[in-house]
Amino acid sequence: MTLREMASLLDAEVCTGENRLDERVEHAFASDLMSEVLTLGDTPVLITGLCNIQTIRTCEMAGLEAVIIVRDKQPSEDMIALAQENDMVIIRCRYSMFRACGILYSHGLLPLY
Amino acid sequence: MHLEYTVIEGDFANAGSASSAVKKTLKQLNINPQIVKRVVVALYEAEVNAIAHAYGGKVLVDIDSMGIQMVVDDKGPGIPDIDLAMQEGYSTASAEVRAMGFGAGMGLPNIKKNVDHLNVTSKVGVGTRVEMSVSFT
Repeated sequence: MTLREMASLLDAEVCTGENRLDERVEHAFASDLMSEVLTLGDTPVLITGLCNIQTIRTCEMAGLEAVIIVRDKQPSEDMIALAQENDMVIIRCRYSMFRACGILYSHGLLPLY
Repeated sequence: MHLEYTVIEGDFANAGSASSAVKKTLKQLNINPQIVKRVVVALYEAEVNAIAHAYGGKVLVDIDSMGIQMVVDDKGPGIPDIDLAMQEGYSTASAEVRAMGFGAGMGLPNIKKNVDHLNVTSKVGVGTRVEMSVSFT
């Protein structure tokens, strides 16, 4: 599915990266633990409840290109600026991690492991 | 090429800025992206450790045609038992560090998995030196 479809399914707001929304993704990974994210092979999308600058830094280091932030958290200006610097997408939604993952999984998004 | 960065105690807002700069440099040098990822994941974990567990320090990086050597040298409490610190799941991290998404005892094991050579030396009450190297070939 595309990032745009993901945002629509989650009734989400795109905070930055509008230009990349038509890119297709097959897999995602969900975690609040950044050291775990750093162990991943190539995956484009992280679903997380952690909303701070290290979320974006970790994605930069791990090569993740899109972050979905759950539970109605608002990314800071610093987070958005760092994401823009690295051409990343940030999407935020009101849903819990469990609900967001359930919706995306039931529509065909695959787990990384 | 020699690069140096300063790490400031508790400066979580800038944790990873040295790793980010090294990543940009390696990309400019057209280093294989898989190798770049291994380098920056290891360096980032080490950088976060220096900010989280110590009173700041230095990141020293040397790059030549063969590979990259990195040293993260911190002033801090040191590690009394390095073997224990290397065990996955062992952590002495504060609540603040855990709130940043770290502190699960994966840092040093992650570093070890990503580098070709790792040497950790530490003196209690003085500081810790983490030396890492990754070959480009």
